Amino acid sequence: MSFASETAKALNAGDAQGAPKAASAKVAARGVNVHYGEKHALKDVFVDIPEKAVTAFIGPSGCGKSTFLRCINRMNDTISTCRVTGEITIDGKDIYDRMLDPVLLRARVGMVFQKPNPFPKSIYENVAYGPRLHGLARSKAELDEIVVRSLRRASLFEEVKDRLDDPGTGLSGGQQQRLCIARAIAVSPEVILMDEPCSALDPIATAKIEELIDELRENFTIVIVTHSMQQAARVSQRTAFFHLGSLVEEGATDQIFTNPKDRRTQDYITGRFG
Amino acid sequence: MTEAIKAPAPTAFRGVDPYSAESMARMKRRYRAEARFKFFGLAAVLVAGVFVLALLGDIIRKGMPAFFEHRALLEITLSAETIDPKGTRDPAELRAADYQRLVYDALRNQFPNVKERRLRRKLEGLVSAGAGDDLRVRVLADPSLIGKTIRMPVLLSDDADLHLKGKGTRIERADGGGALALNLDGGAVELRGASAFAAPLGALKGVLRSRADALSRDLSRIPPSRPGMDNTALDAQRMELTQRRDGLRKRADDAGSTEALDPTLLPSLVVEAGGGMFLLSEIGKDSARGTVLVAPSDGVTEVKAWRVATYVTPEADRRVTDAEIAWLEALRAKGQLQNAFATRFFTNGDSREPELAGIRGALTGSALTLLVTLLFCLPIGVGAAVYLEEFAPKNRLTDILEVNINNLAAVPSIVFGLLGLAMFLNFFGLPRSAPLVGGLVLALLVLPTIIIASRAALKAVPPSIKEAALGVGASHQQAIFHHVLPLAMPGIMTGTIIGMAHALGETAPLLMIGMVAFIVDVPAGVTDAATVLPVQIYLWSDLPEMAFQTRTAAAIMVLLGFLFVMNGAAILLRRRFERRW
Repeated sequence: MSFASETAKALNAGDAQGAPKAASAKVAARGVNVHYGEKHALKDVFVDIPEKAVTAFIGPSGCGKSTFLRCINRMNDTISTCRVTGEITIDGKDIYDRMLDPVLLRARVGMVFQKPNPFPKSIYENVAYGPRLHGLARSKAELDEIVVRSLRRASLFEEVKDRLDDPGTGLSGGQQQRLCIARAIAVSPEVILMDEPCSALDPIATAKIEELIDELRENFTIVIVTHSMQQAARVSQRTAFFHLGSLVEEGATDQIFTNPKDRRTQDYITGRFG
Repeated sequence: MTEAIKAPAPTAFRGVDPYSAESMARMKRRYRAEARFKFFGLAAVLVAGVFVLALLGDIIRKGMPAFFEHRALLEITLSAETIDPKGTRDPAELRAADYQRLVYDALRNQFPNVKERRLRRKLEGLVSAGAGDDLRVRVLADPSLIGKTIRMPVLLSDDADLHLKGKGTRIERADGGGALALNLDGGAVELRGASAFAAPLGALKGVLRSRADALSRDLSRIPPSRPGMDNTALDAQRMELTQRRDGLRKRADDAGSTEALDPTLLPSLVVEAGGGMFLLSEIGKDSARGTVLVAPSDGVTEVKAWRVATYVTPEADRRVTDAEIAWLEALRAKGQLQNAFATRFFTNGDSREPELAGIRGALTGSALTLLVTLLFCLPIGVGAAVYLEEFAPKNRLTDILEVNINNLAAVPSIVFGLLGLAMFLNFFGLPRSAPLVGGLVLALLVLPTIIIASRAALKAVPPSIKEAALGVGASHQQAIFHHVLPLAMPGIMTGTIIGMAHALGETAPLLMIGMVAFIVDVPAGVTDAATVLPVQIYLWSDLPEMAFQTRTAAAIMVLLGFLFVMNGAAILLRRRFERRW
């Protein structure tokens, strides 16, 4: 680990020169490697993700950004051939610690997926599922309050307040995605991972989600994977560029988009490949 | 190889010219091939449809009569001496009385002229052996009937029933010409009238001629004698047939001769006159002799209106005798016959008497067996599917397991029967012929089907649902049981119903564990001896009585009905809960 931490220091030191330094790292990755069977999908990633800010992962398809995202809530554990090495900490605590159950980790690190995937149940049940699972509500009234508050925070409540018992799958795509966000924040996670949350949505729904992300930043640490560089530029404070399984460059979003240090980053954001 | 890649042969590429003769011809060939394929498909569908319709039509035609039964309305005198000689009205006494005797007495009152013992037996044979039981039920329900005379429909025997359903012989009736003098002498009768029997006699001669022609055809089929071989048997046969044919021809050609009505050769002629029925044994142009089957009204010696009924099939070629037909026709003429829906087909167990046999025992047995099957194979099948699909490590062992589950679905069902015999009966000592064991065997049989269908249904649920559940912190099992399994349930239920329908129709494995016995009682529990519907069909189809053949077809109809309902439910379920992602 000494090598890893030294490299991390070097990395942070490098950062400190131009860009605003991350206030405090909520999530920190130290030398993370991911193998899918024989395939080396993620190579030696060191990154700090600051608290109460939006960090965007960009990069061409298959570059490992989604893989890394799924390491943060140990979603990769569900893939039997997947092997993760290295260290990822949240608030300084190793999330791959054997004492930590991934199920509880996922209650702290929520996730929103590429395609809106509400449960084929009522809107209310969609949001109430998580709190009920973790015993977060002691009474029906409390559960109701959690549901309403979560829907409100996902700015969906006004649209669905009269039909909480209708199936969640009956909503429009953008509403479904906001429902998924409401479902994720209902268990009060500290980190929310978003895996291309707008790729299946039209521009208007996308704008709403982006607006929502901006609001959520006040209370949550958000990591978003996106294919759209405009989106990364609009919503994120920090950006990390992945290429061929490696983290090429990470820094303040302004700096990455205006003054990238790496040639590959420059080529990517100017649209020369990817 | 590498050389070829390095230096490709120069080829001239050309595009498609849609107007060239070549491409037009190619297109024509394509369309012809397509039209041919469509034609074959349509033809296959039509042929299959015709066969299905023919099969169903045949089964329905054969089976429908079994849903109806004929009864005779009889005046039954419930004499207190027979039913309750001690006068105690004790139900045990009442139950033990000989009600069948009362029914026979009522029938004999109807035909008082039947005195000969053999004929009386025949007459009593018209009603079912179970007729007395119906009477017993009625009397036990209302003992105040004792001493009274009631008019009650009495179930007829299977042969009588079949005759009335038109399965015996065709009856042709012709009005007789002129006056007819009756000369009764005990059981015999002589009928006279000028040229009274000319027409039936002529018809008889016609029948003789056609019989002679049939013999001629038989003769022509005898192979010719061959030189150098022993031809004595052939020659003798030829000689005999020729003689018989010539005899028949001679009788047929002699228009004036009297004919003896041979019951093995000729139709039976019955004269219906003056309320009586007379079976002719000898017929001439002006007179005929015969026996009295049904006595005419008292003192009738001459009648103007009379009929000759011809029972076309010779008596020797049918199960009901002339006398029985005459009695039935007499009952019919008096309006004493009823044809009604046979509820007892659904309320009775099996019986040796076809008219009493019903499918209730088999239906109950099938229901109990299927219940056991469902209770065992649904939880185990779904559990196995969930484990294999979601939890089992993917390694060589589970691969082998999976291949073998698929193989099990193709194992002949009788092998499962042998397994059941060895395991459940011989090793565990479970009772023979019981729905419990049948259900276990069938559960083994449909388990692979259910596992395969359930796995397919689980696989069809999009992984995003599971990920969503995992994403909010559900454990793997919670994600499966809260979200994936409920979504897979319609598919699982469809598979299960189809598996159950398969089990309902299964016969072979049940034969091995003894569910093939003749069981009269309706089973009351899963350990009682029972049989199931398809086995009942198999048992009945083996019996010689014609009436059991119709019952076989009727039971097939019931079984098919259940299968249609079950498969329909499966389709409905699939439609109703079909989900597009």
